[in-house]
Amino acid sequence: MSQPIIEFKDFGFQYNAQAEPTLHHINLSIYPGEKVLIAGPSGSGKSTLASCINGLVPFSYPGTTTGSLTVAGIDAPHSSLFELSKHVGTVLQDPDGQFIGLTVAEDIAFALENDQVPQAEMKKIVDEVAGLVDIQDRLTHAPHELSGGQKQRVSLAGVMVDDVEILLFDEPLANLDPATGKQTIELIEAIQKRTGAAVLIIEHRLEDVLWRSVDRIILVEEGKIIADTTPDELLASNLLIENGIREPLYLTALKYAGVSVTPEKKPAHIDSICLDEADRQMVCDWFANTAPAVQQEQAEVLLEVQDVTFGYNDGQTNLEHVSFSVRKGEMLSIVGRNGAGKSTLSKLICGFETPNSGRILLNGRDLVGDTIKERASRIGYVMQNPNQMISKPMIWDEVELGLLQTDLTPEERARRVEETLKICGLYPFRKWPVSALSFGQKKRVTIASVLVMNPEIIILDEPTAGQDFRHYTDIMEFLRSLNRRGVTVMMITHDMHLMQEYTNRALVFSIKRLLHDGTAVEAITMPELVKAASLKETSLFALAQRCGIEPPQAFVQRFIDYDRQVREHE
Amino acid sequence: MKKMSVKTVVAIGIGAALFFVLGRFVAIPVPFVPNTTFNLQYGVLGLFAAMFGPIAGLLIGFVGHTLIDLSWGSPWWSWILASACFGLLTGLFASKLDLESGVFGKKEILTFNIAQVVAHAISWIVVAPGLDILVYAESVEKVFAQGAVAGILNAITTGIVGTVLMLAYSKTRTKKGSLNKE
Amino acid sequence: MSKNAALSYLPRQSVVHRLTGTAKLAFFLLWSTAAMLTYDTRLLAAMTITGLVLFSVSRIRLREVKGALIFMMILVLLNLFAIFLFSPDQGTHVYGTKHVILPLFWRYEITQETLFYLLNFFLKYSAVIPVALLFILATNPSEFAASLAGIGVSYKIGYAVALALRYIPDVQRDFHNISQAQQARGIDLSGKDKAFTRLKNSAAILLPLVLSSLARIETISNAMELRGFGKHKKRSWYVQRPFERRDWVALAIALGVLALSLGLTLAKGSRYFNPFQ
Repeated sequence: MSQPIIEFKDFGFQYNAQAEPTLHHINLSIYPGEKVLIAGPSGSGKSTLASCINGLVPFSYPGTTTGSLTVAGIDAPHSSLFELSKHVGTVLQDPDGQFIGLTVAEDIAFALENDQVPQAEMKKIVDEVAGLVDIQDRLTHAPHELSGGQKQRVSLAGVMVDDVEILLFDEPLANLDPATGKQTIELIEAIQKRTGAAVLIIEHRLEDVLWRSVDRIILVEEGKIIADTTPDELLASNLLIENGIREPLYLTALKYAGVSVTPEKKPAHIDSICLDEADRQMVCDWFANTAPAVQQEQAEVLLEVQDVTFGYNDGQTNLEHVSFSVRKGEMLSIVGRNGAGKSTLSKLICGFETPNSGRILLNGRDLVGDTIKERASRIGYVMQNPNQMISKPMIWDEVELGLLQTDLTPEERARRVEETLKICGLYPFRKWPVSALSFGQKKRVTIASVLVMNPEIIILDEPTAGQDFRHYTDIMEFLRSLNRRGVTVMMITHDMHLMQEYTNRALVFSIKRLLHDGTAVEAITMPELVKAASLKETSLFALAQRCGIEPPQAFVQRFIDYDRQVREHE
Repeated sequence: MKKMSVKTVVAIGIGAALFFVLGRFVAIPVPFVPNTTFNLQYGVLGLFAAMFGPIAGLLIGFVGHTLIDLSWGSPWWSWILASACFGLLTGLFASKLDLESGVFGKKEILTFNIAQVVAHAISWIVVAPGLDILVYAESVEKVFAQGAVAGILNAITTGIVGTVLMLAYSKTRTKKGSLNKE
Repeated sequence: MSKNAALSYLPRQSVVHRLTGTAKLAFFLLWSTAAMLTYDTRLLAAMTITGLVLFSVSRIRLREVKGALIFMMILVLLNLFAIFLFSPDQGTHVYGTKHVILPLFWRYEITQETLFYLLNFFLKYSAVIPVALLFILATNPSEFAASLAGIGVSYKIGYAVALALRYIPDVQRDFHNISQAQQARGIDLSGKDKAFTRLKNSAAILLPLVLSSLARIETISNAMELRGFGKHKKRSWYVQRPFERRDWVALAIALGVLALSLGLTLAKGSRYFNPFQ
């Protein structure tokens, strides 16, 4: 094998602001043209590891390094950000934060401008690279005219202008709908084939990255590398589960069925996995022997949306003829591609916007004419980013804020806040500043601040975006416990796992319309629906087909029901 | 000019964008005085000037105010320069505050407020009217009356909004080690 | 919000649009300086007329800027009224004579001098407004940063301006979303509460806005450093266009007007054109 392009030798790093090192004794070699997935729960040090490669550590976030790190022949910790950026191209997680230019072309040209490349040459390179990522017909567009996937293409083009030997992707799937995520993984593969660059992807969504093959997976936990092996080897082990990373669903299903997963079976991809006759029979037997879940009784209707049409500006609509109803105690998902009208719908229900036509009823009463504040006492709305919602530095104050506008006595307020904090598991932290909390805990604070108003419904926008499996499970189990207490929960989400694991029902939106109102399983198994709403077919469906189970949807439903029981008994 | 860090460049850009959005689209009318609104943007400018220094304060005020004026149609240079001057002076006076350390008590509140009141006084009672008289040969009484009203209102806004923001911001800097569950 | 929408770039095919951003910026700055320096009625009137001619050449229609024009007229008229209110004798103060047309009451009277002063004050704005409007409406925002660099401003400051333009829509969207979520918790800026309460309430919206902006500053500066911003003393610009003859002509005109403005002042030893003496 040739020389490694990245080589960590007994490398360690400690941030100046922290008491303990974040990385310990890292030994890792990555070779030219390799494609490597770096996985690990949040706080494991995987992002720090990546930042050491592109130079953000130690040049933007200072600290002490030990051992050595060579990147493209350069002594990385002793060079400079600028020198490293000639060799390493980084695509960050936040698509808006790194889209710096006023238009697509200017953003792609940004690095060239900084290098004083003459204009004629610059235009040539921009055209060429834009073609590579297929954004050439949008060169004069502003960022707000682009979808999340398009912005990501621009970011990728922006680092490719430099002929880099290493491409680094920091959680590239975090803000994308499932279909776009799939395209991103395909694009990364295509780019790598063309340029021959080494590709490093940091992601905890393993199954989605493995949509296209990777050479190696590096598993990081507590600042150490605990696995550096092929996907097949890793997936056959228990390391993923032990370290809070979700394994691909088809593997969970196989394990439920008692099939032993070994590296020889090539478990890295649902299409590549070798299942012999005996394995398939085991899956079929499991299906036959697992009882379907009992259907719940239907409660009375709580919220009704009747033929609602709405547009932000005159002469255009953002939602057309949407009708559905939600029953008391339901927990449901609202899914569909970006810009399909999901957030608009929640704004209409909360009264932030008023429908052009149609009605919204709560408990049979038309909400028209109710102010935002009046609605808010019955319908709670939780934004995606808790940092955009929290407006008091202290937890207690934040939760109490909404009550201050009511005519409750101070004692009653205190009782309500205390009770809510207890439900949300925040009582021990009640005197803390919000800033001392983790992202997941902050999310709880925002939910608590809405819950304290005693709403009948809460609507959450992407409740688990950007969370690793452990935090995801924390937040979702908490929401389920609220749901059991009688709170109706509606969630806008891109996360297909969330939809199938926690909700029975899904409202699928596509381009202004409610395309489908049915079970979550239908949303991830009906091909035309999957396509129209930018969703992704579940690998369980493919597994059922490969085992010859008819209808495959029933297998998916059976798995979900069974899986839920297993999780609840954990 | 000394070498400006990339972070300062970005802080100027984002600070000016905030200044613009608050100044252009958010209006809280002043009671009893018709056609006047509280300018929330000076509270934010105070915070940014204290955090990122006098040069950033100057440029946020200048760029932000120019963009507001241009979006209405035509720049009023004397008042734009007054905003820039406020950013510069607050940055100079308040640079001693160490918001990052999480200490923002009575003494710091007092320091910041003296700084911002002095900065507003100089900007709106010296710079803006002075330029109005020089450039437009305006009536002395009128421009000082105008400047005094603007200065007082902006000082009130900065005092309330800026202080609340700084208090809140400094609390977000509290060290984790100082906390215990109860 | 569409009612008081901010003025922004209107792409057209015109000679004004074809001028480079640098030329337009320089023209606008020189022109405003000239208008600021002089109080010569003849020059200001000529500048106003030239401005209007340029405006008509730009193929931007008057009704497209009706809102802005009305707004500015009101502002200028309010200013005129305030001047008269505070110092009714400002004309005499400036021109040194007093020809009363109509005595009103107390110290208020309408004099020829005051009327003439107010006319000049109005002209000072009308000389600049068409050119300022053209600068805003006919300059592609992408050219802004390069133009600033073109007139000698440090490219870092130029880029800070570009960043402001880039992130204004994002900040505006954040502000909108945050204030809606806070309204749901009973915190409202447009409500009927007392002004003081509303100011304090506004902090509830500003804090999340400011904190998320600070986080954004961090991300953006990382992204910019990773792509080599600030590496060299200079940088090139994707959108910059080379100076052509028309740009030099525009620059020459603006310089000429500035020279005229300076020359008139120096020659007479006064900024004013005084018909009363």
